[in-house]
Amino acid sequence: MMPEDNKTLEQIFSAIREKAATHAKEKEQIQGPKIYIGMATCGLASGALETKKAFEEALIQRNIQASITQVGCMGHCYGEPLVVIHNPGFPPILYHQVTPGKATMLVKSFLEEGDPLFEYLLGAMDENDMIPQVWDFPRFNQEKRVVTKKCGLIDPEEILDYIAMGGYAGLAEALRQDPRHIINQVKNSGLRGRGGAGFPTGQKWELARNTEGKEKTVILNADEGDPGAYMDRTILESNPHQVLEGIAICAHAVGARTAILYVRAEYPLAVKVVTWAIEQAKELGLLGNRILGTPFDLEISVFQGSGAFVCGEETALIQSIEGHRGMPQLRPPYPVQKGLWGNPTVINNVKTFATVPLILKHGETWYRNIGTESSTGTAIFSVVGDIVHAGLVEISMGVSLRTLIFDICGGVPNKKSFKAVQIGGPSGGCLPAEFLDTPIDFDSLTAAGAMMGSGGLVVMDEDTCMVDVARYFLDFTQKESCGKCTFCRIGTRHLLNILERITTGDGREGDLELLEDLSKDIKEGSFCGLGKTAPNPVLTSLRYFRDEYTAHVAEKRCPAGVCRPLTAYYIDLETCARGCDACVGSCPVEAIFTTKNRKKGVDPTLCVKCGECVTACPPEYDAVKKVSPPDRAPIVERPPDIDNC
Amino acid sequence: MIAEEKAMLEDIALRLPGFGKERGNLIPILQMIQRKHGYLPPDAINMVAEYLEIAPCEVYGVATFYNQFRFTPPGKHQIQICLGTACHVKGGDIILENFERKLEIREGETTPDREFGLERVACIGCCALAPVATVDESIQGHMAPSKVEGIILGFQIEKERVAREKKKNDAGG
Repeated sequence: MMPEDNKTLEQIFSAIREKAATHAKEKEQIQGPKIYIGMATCGLASGALETKKAFEEALIQRNIQASITQVGCMGHCYGEPLVVIHNPGFPPILYHQVTPGKATMLVKSFLEEGDPLFEYLLGAMDENDMIPQVWDFPRFNQEKRVVTKKCGLIDPEEILDYIAMGGYAGLAEALRQDPRHIINQVKNSGLRGRGGAGFPTGQKWELARNTEGKEKTVILNADEGDPGAYMDRTILESNPHQVLEGIAICAHAVGARTAILYVRAEYPLAVKVVTWAIEQAKELGLLGNRILGTPFDLEISVFQGSGAFVCGEETALIQSIEGHRGMPQLRPPYPVQKGLWGNPTVINNVKTFATVPLILKHGETWYRNIGTESSTGTAIFSVVGDIVHAGLVEISMGVSLRTLIFDICGGVPNKKSFKAVQIGGPSGGCLPAEFLDTPIDFDSLTAAGAMMGSGGLVVMDEDTCMVDVARYFLDFTQKESCGKCTFCRIGTRHLLNILERITTGDGREGDLELLEDLSKDIKEGSFCGLGKTAPNPVLTSLRYFRDEYTAHVAEKRCPAGVCRPLTAYYIDLETCARGCDACVGSCPVEAIFTTKNRKKGVDPTLCVKCGECVTACPPEYDAVKKVSPPDRAPIVERPPDIDNC
Repeated sequence: MIAEEKAMLEDIALRLPGFGKERGNLIPILQMIQRKHGYLPPDAINMVAEYLEIAPCEVYGVATFYNQFRFTPPGKHQIQICLGTACHVKGGDIILENFERKLEIREGETTPDREFGLERVACIGCCALAPVATVDESIQGHMAPSKVEGIILGFQIEKERVAREKKKNDAGG
């Protein structure tokens, strides 16, 4: 549908809305049950494709007419594959961990016989007097879903779904307004960039607006490189249009005519979904030339990032689009003054852009009222690691870490105790239990030594070694250092070397002080955010878990039993059951042998310390033990090989 | 192998004119070559340099900077082990080690018969399912050392089955 010259914005947009409303109504009127399957990357990884196939086959087999819709991710990754079934006469019901077997049973028992199989359901999505609602659970009702509200409820590949739920109204509103007024609204809303640094978005836009330059560009930074974070991917996969709408509003506000979506090539589904979304929006006249009949044009394209963590830094990102190595450049000039190909460029994160349409639609005051004074709005975290209800969580700024980890996400599983939480990825820090009451906002987290980052939050239980975690992050930043600054390039290498020798039992006296000195120098001597923050994991873990470092260096002992050169496995002959072979088959290197009295022993020269035998040993025996340092393991002699006799 | 490389270069030569000669097209061109052929052969680097009128070392410098690009042919089945934070905490390195042991190659290498390639990736963003490995296009969540053998065995059984069927067909025909 191309907008015609004589039609006004109102006429064109109301025609599109009408079309969406008709589409929604038609969907509503489809007879029979409706099945919605979450098919974002998490869902697919848990087997959503097989589940979908099982549903299709069972429906054909039983000759039931039902519609199957693919939706995005609801953020409840612990329960994937997630399926919502709306069977007439019942409220929509959410089922979790729907394996192909369960899918077949649901078709038979629920769709054919009317039994909703209470043992498999998580809850009902609407109010009713039959089934408990999901909204009664803290994982659902303590969240504040603003930006991710539509994720998992709409078909990401159908633009009309988004419009029917009020989508693109923010863009229509923006096009009615003077660009300066939009910038003022974003400024007054208090929105700060969600990429990690928290720079005020409105201010960035104003700078770009006020800079002279014809070819201004807007770039979406979806180069989500933090290991342990996937919020941006989920939003792009589940609700791409909200991001596109935000980009279009920004382009209108700053006076840009081109927009580039910089998406990681490691996210093939996100690239596919977004590319398709652009096509659909162009077709409806919501992107492209003469958007909604106004003189505003926006050419939008996708650039696939090739996998370099440092490209999340905006000047490095620009270098990479220009076809160079992604090395950060000196600022000022800032990209808003002199960015891509020397033109003023606005770069914002996925979550920032996804928030903008909501501010335009509901007003700046509405947004200001969410969150805290200095950090308004919501924060989206991917809460992973040793946590019961892992997944994507959106909360108001200012909620404490304790509420997020224990109340909303269910705390640490397997009766283990909480040890630390890592926030902000390789640039952030590890906070111990004393900091659980820290409110989550930009300033409080920085004060505690961590940082907001882009939203990765890894929970660690008592079995995690903090020295090993610090080593892991340094291994990552050292590999990802672009090599420009000596302190970052060589300094991180040395930090890593020291941490490696500590975790392998070769730590020396004075190593801890050396780590601290070196960290300070790297922070001072590096030029971009990567180097300035790379020592953070080392510094915070040294500050809060120094005794663990000391145990590694002085006693050659890993208190958590993680650092493999410092641990050993042995089998307790008291509790090992005679004749039981459970551990033998589980060992990948055949390190387990049978002793003379038909019990088991571990050959320390062969053992690779993978821990499979611990899992395999039946809990009633619980005979496989781990000790650190390794010389504390009793020696069990391997009997001469009988086969050779 | 020589013929294979020659065909590859001919194909690349055909596709290059689809791109403009601007420097900004360098990474999209490299991505196209890798998508079509699985890796960047040395001669292709020279070809791209010539096409964009820049030095081969510039192209090589850019290609080696990014994690995405490969310079050796991948295996028929490409295995990627995620070593993101969540996967690390849950023992991703043990999974990688198991694959290395079973396939008798190191990360970044391909088995001599070119059946399997093994790589590590920083994070594929399925952290709730940690530890994760991707085998070809499918993502395997909640990996365990004991699952490693099963995955490799699955491919070997499939290969043997195909070979057997082929033999049967040949004999029948």
